[in-house]
Amino acid sequence: MNSPEGSAAARVDWVPIALTVAIALGALASIGNPSTWLTLTIAGLAMGLLIFLMASGLTLVFGLMDVMNFAHGVFIAVGAYVAASVMKFFAGPAEADSFLVNLGALVPAMLAAMLAAALLGWFFERVIIRPVYGQHLKQILITTGGLIVAEQLIIVFWGPDLIPVERPLTLRGSFVIGDMALEKYRLSAVAIGLAVFAVMMLVLNRSKIGLLIRAGVENKEMVEAMGYRIRRLFVGVFVAGSALAGLGGALWGLYQRDVTVHIGAQMMVLIFIVIIIGGLGSVGGCFIGALLVGLLTNYVGYLAPKIALGTNILLMVLILLWRPQGLYPVNKQ
Amino acid sequence: MKALLSGDLPRSRALTALLVAVLTGLALAPFLFPGTRPLDVAAKACVFVLLVASYDLLLGYTGIVSFAHTMFFGIGGYGVAIALSRMDVGWGAIALGTAAAVALSLALSFVIGLFSLRVKAIFFAMITLAVASFFAILASQLSGLTGGEDGITFKVPELLRSRLVAYYLVFGSCLVLFLALLRVVNSPFGRVLLAIRENEFRAEALGYRTVIYRTIANCLGAAVATLAGVLYALWLRYTGPNTTLDFGIMIDILLMVVIGGMGTMYGAVIGATFFVVAQNYLQDAMKLLSGSLKGLPVLPELFHPDRWLLWLGVLFVLSVYYFPHGVVGQLRSRLRAGAG
Repeated sequence: MNSPEGSAAARVDWVPIALTVAIALGALASIGNPSTWLTLTIAGLAMGLLIFLMASGLTLVFGLMDVMNFAHGVFIAVGAYVAASVMKFFAGPAEADSFLVNLGALVPAMLAAMLAAALLGWFFERVIIRPVYGQHLKQILITTGGLIVAEQLIIVFWGPDLIPVERPLTLRGSFVIGDMALEKYRLSAVAIGLAVFAVMMLVLNRSKIGLLIRAGVENKEMVEAMGYRIRRLFVGVFVAGSALAGLGGALWGLYQRDVTVHIGAQMMVLIFIVIIIGGLGSVGGCFIGALLVGLLTNYVGYLAPKIALGTNILLMVLILLWRPQGLYPVNKQ
Repeated sequence: MKALLSGDLPRSRALTALLVAVLTGLALAPFLFPGTRPLDVAAKACVFVLLVASYDLLLGYTGIVSFAHTMFFGIGGYGVAIALSRMDVGWGAIALGTAAAVALSLALSFVIGLFSLRVKAIFFAMITLAVASFFAILASQLSGLTGGEDGITFKVPELLRSRLVAYYLVFGSCLVLFLALLRVVNSPFGRVLLAIRENEFRAEALGYRTVIYRTIANCLGAAVATLAGVLYALWLRYTGPNTTLDFGIMIDILLMVVIGGMGTMYGAVIGATFFVVAQNYLQDAMKLLSGSLKGLPVLPELFHPDRWLLWLGVLFVLSVYYFPHGVVGQLRSRLRAGAG
């Protein structure tokens, strides 16, 4: 059992982490201006962490049950729309000039987004995915069908037009330190992303449920043979992953300051790249992959906007040439 | 007749009747349904029958899900569009544009296939989705070459300016290519593809290099999709992101294949025709329905003419569950039940 992930701190594979740091430092050298670099890095980290929120559930679900949900983007979209509606409803607190009062709008928006996405995820697992376990082709088709229907239903309820979303008052603008401008919202996104990552790592590495999930990813039959119902575990992970996608969608809507029905489908491409880079089923790989994609997108977007679009594909190709199973391959038994 | 259909007869009386109806409808479209709109619908149906059939070669016969089929469709469209708008308008430009587009498609599909067909179906689907969306963005960004979001409007050779000639060029080419695809899936090569779909491990154990077969199928599907793109562009005299590269079109293709019937080729004919006609005429019916439901909550919105995709999506999900071989499979199994 030489799984590179988790089990013992001593066995952490440092190469991908070093690569991420090296890219950040390399960007510092080629950008030259430290304050620009810091702005880009924070934007990249914020984007990466939000992508991680959205992608983590998908990669775990795949690792546990070999299920790939092409409709994952729907949870993101629903989260974004619900958050936008709640923010609009709490327009009063959101416009107040106090961070605490602003939280009174932001927190309900985030919670509502998570709840809505979780409920939808539970429904999805029941109705759409359960009948097609173990049949990859049908999974892809069915979940794509679910994506079509859900996107159309979103239009039925929220209309086809772009919905603008305002950030809470105290999270607009930037902190200015010397000649460095640090956008407040991005900093908060980084903080929320890191907090969720920390909680997730704690649950996965320090709790019994986490132990079962990690064991289930590596060897499903053995966990079942020990008398645990992996199905229930799976439903739990699916719903939690959907909730995180909803949270990611809510924060991403605020990041972009508008919500369209295609928000989920747009993110799905990045999410797929991230979980392929990270190694399907690996949470740690997903984290590093998301940071790599977020940082590179911002650096290259600044240095060479023309080729920015291809960077992520190129990154994926290079990493797959280097490690065909992704950065942190999951050892399936 | 049997030789023409490569021995793959419809095997159901109702299906035969449907196919004959579609074929005569499309063959005589300019005379049966005069007017611009019906002819546009007919030409679109021809092109999509071919496009969907080439996709069925991948999905239905080989069991691989690609989201990059519209990319190849688009390469074909942009190939002729760029050639015709930059060079002297003539058949030479069309030939060159087509050849270049097919070559590019073959190279791309070969690389993608080699890269990702070794592993699971899911992996291939994800990679093609990423590559195709990248390509769509690329096409809208390289506006010097592709005209960006506006696309390219171009002139066609004198002969094709007659709608009648253009229609029969599209119809004839689609028919020939469709019969060629039917030949391919009923050849020994096609049998191997089916074997791979049914049990990859066993096919490999029998001595077939599955990666090679899959890659060839992938390249073949891509090449035919490119040709369909060429024909569609020549018919519209326009190529743009919305008519070729849009993810919505990929979804349409999936719907057509699944509703028509995966792995049956004839399903492509039924699915594509049904879908294209529905796309153009279902909306009118929904407008009536939506109007009559006015005043009720939500319902008018659900039946709004723009929500037709919602209902086709529901139909799609239901057919994957209950009729995995679509309309064609249903018609054929009824025959079998009747005979047994």
